[in-house]
Amino acid sequence: MDELFTISTLIGILHSCVRLATPYLFASLGETFGQRSGVLNLGVDGIMLMGAFFAFYAVFEGHNLWVGVLVAIVVGIMMGLLKAFVSVTMQSLQGISGIGLYLFGLGLSSLLFKTLIGSVEGVSGFRQLAIPLLSDIPGLGHILFNHNALVYLAYLMVPVSWFVINRTTLGLKIRAVGHNPEAADTLGVSVNGVRYTTLMIGGALAAVAGASLSIGLQNVFQENMTNGLGFIAVALVYFGSWRTVGVLGGSLLFSLVNALQLWVQALDIPVPSEVAVMMPYIMTIVVLAFTARQIQKPAALARSYERGE
Amino acid sequence: MLRRIRILTLIFLLLLAGCGRSDDNGDGEVNGEGKPFRIAIIMPSSTTDIAWSQSMFDSLIAVQAEMGGEDALKIAYSEGMFRVTDASAAIRDYASEGFDLVIAHGAQYGNSVFEVATDFTETSFAWGTSSDTGADKGIENVFAYGAVANEGGYVNGVVAAMLSQNDVIGVIGPVAGDAKLYIDGFVKGVNDVKPHAQVNISYTGSFSDTTLAAEAAHVHIQAGADVLTGSAQQVVGAIGVASENDVAWLGTQSDQISLGPDVVVTNQIYNWANVVTDMISKIEKGELGGTAYSLTFANDGLRLEFNENIEIADEVKAAARTAIEDIKSGDVDPVLIEEDK
Repeated sequence: MDELFTISTLIGILHSCVRLATPYLFASLGETFGQRSGVLNLGVDGIMLMGAFFAFYAVFEGHNLWVGVLVAIVVGIMMGLLKAFVSVTMQSLQGISGIGLYLFGLGLSSLLFKTLIGSVEGVSGFRQLAIPLLSDIPGLGHILFNHNALVYLAYLMVPVSWFVINRTTLGLKIRAVGHNPEAADTLGVSVNGVRYTTLMIGGALAAVAGASLSIGLQNVFQENMTNGLGFIAVALVYFGSWRTVGVLGGSLLFSLVNALQLWVQALDIPVPSEVAVMMPYIMTIVVLAFTARQIQKPAALARSYERGE
Repeated sequence: MLRRIRILTLIFLLLLAGCGRSDDNGDGEVNGEGKPFRIAIIMPSSTTDIAWSQSMFDSLIAVQAEMGGEDALKIAYSEGMFRVTDASAAIRDYASEGFDLVIAHGAQYGNSVFEVATDFTETSFAWGTSSDTGADKGIENVFAYGAVANEGGYVNGVVAAMLSQNDVIGVIGPVAGDAKLYIDGFVKGVNDVKPHAQVNISYTGSFSDTTLAAEAAHVHIQAGADVLTGSAQQVVGAIGVASENDVAWLGTQSDQISLGPDVVVTNQIYNWANVVTDMISKIEKGELGGTAYSLTFANDGLRLEFNENIEIADEVKAAARTAIEDIKSGDVDPVLIEEDK
C-alpha cells in the first residue's frame, strides 16, 4: 500500500487521469451545448464511433492527422444535423431518437470499417507533445504538459465552451431556448435554429472525442471501440449540473478513480480486481446522489417545441 | 462522385443488414450428396477482433479453403453477439434452418446450446471454452472445445523474462476468471526463468474496453514494465500504446503483428482447423457430438509464431522452442501453483 503514496506513483496517477479525461471532456462539453438548449442527445456514442472511424480512415489513407480531425468534425456535424432533423424538425422523442442515432453510428462505422479497411490496423497518431519550459516543472509539468495535442485541445475547450455559453449572444440564446423556448421565440430567437446549431456543435465535439481515441490515445480503430463511453459522457453532463466547470470536474473525478484502480492493480495492492474496476462507477453513483440538486437543469430539457402550443 | 455513391450504397446496405448477420443463401435442406457442408457460428465479438473470435473465424476460412471453397463448405456467421439472449435466438434460428454444425463460440452460450440441442437432435452443436458435451444430461449432439492457454502463456512468460531488461513485466487481462489460465501460465514461465522478476497484473473488467486497456498499458510502462502482454479483443488499444512507446508485446489467441509490426515479438495462435475438420468428419459419419477437444502444442492446436520482421535473439527463440518441447514431453507442467505466486 505504501507504494501508492510515493511521489512518482501519485504523479503517474494524475498524469493518467488528465489523459483519460480527454474523450469524456470533448463529448460531454458537446452534450452540454445540446442540453443547455433543451435537447437530450443519447446518440453521442454513435457519433463518437463515426468520428473515430472517419478520422482513422483519413489517416490510414495517408492524410495528415489534422485532416483526420477535420474529417471527423464534418462527419460529426452531419450526425448532429441528422439528430436535429429527427428531434427538432420532426419532433420525435429525444431519448428514443438518440438511441436510434447511436445504433446507426455503431452499425455504419462497423460496416464501413469492414468494407473499407477489413482488419484491425494501426496508424501513427498524435505523439506526445511536451510543452517547452512548462513540461520541465517538477511533477506538475509531467502531469499537465506532457500529452498529445488533442489532450490540450480538450482542456482548451473548457474555457472556450464556458465563454460561448456564458458570455456571447449565441450562449444567451442557447440558455433562453433551454429554459423557456416560448419566451425566446416571442423575442425573435429562432428556437429551431439555435437547437440545430447546438446539436451540430455537440456532434462535432463528440466526433473529435472519437478521433481522440482512434488517432490520439490508441491509434487503432476497432468496431464499437468506444464501449459505451458516450453514455458516460451524457451522465457527466448531469453530474456537472450543466456547467462546463462541473463537467470538467466530473470528467476528472471519473478518470481519476479509473486511473487509481489501474494503478492499484498494477502495483499489486491487495484489492480484488472486481472491486477495483467497480470503483469509478460506485464513485459516480455516490457523487450523483449528493449532487442531484439539478439547480441548473434547463427547464425545457427533452421537450420538443412547436409554435402556438 | 464514385466514392459518394459507394458510401450511399453502403448506407443502404446497412439498413438491409439488420443486426449484422452474414448468411449463405441456404435452402434449409440438410447436408446430402453433392451438397456443401454448412456451418454457422455465433461469436461474442467481431471476426476482426485479432483475438478469440478471429481465431475461430480464420480457422474456419482455412478449413473452407482446404475443403475446396464455398462449394464444399458454406459458412454463416453472427458476430457481436455478446448478449446471451441474442445469441440464443441466433443458435435456434440456425438450427431450424438446417445447418449441419452450429458453433456457439463463447463459454457464456452453454445453457443456450444445451437447450436448443435437445430440440434439434439431428443438428450438431459445438461450444467453448468448455469440456462439457452434455453427456451426463443424455445429450449426444454437442461437441465442446477449449485451449490449454497456459501452455502458450508459459512460453510467452519465458520469452518475456528473457526480453525484459528492467525485470518488470505488465499483464493486461479482461476479466479475472476468463484470462486466468493464460496469465497463470505466463507468470509461471517468468518465474521459472527469472524468479525475482516482477509481474504486474491488471484487469480492465471488460473484454472490449480498448480505452482502459490502452491506459493500463501506459500505467504498466510508467511503473517500469518493458514487456507487455494481454488477452481478449480489448488489447488493440494496449498494442497501440506499446508501439508508441517501443515496448515489446507478446500476443495470444490471434496474429497481432499487423497492429505492432515493430513491437509484437511472439503470438500464441489458436488453430482450431484440426478441431473443426475432425468435427466435420465425425458428423459425416453420423457422430453428432460427445467429444471434448483441447488445443495444445502437442496436437498442433497451439502454435507460437515469432515476428519475422524484427530481430529476435537466437537464445530467446531457442528458449521458447525448448519450453514448447518440454511442455510436449511433460518435463514442464505450465500450471501455476499457489506458492509460485
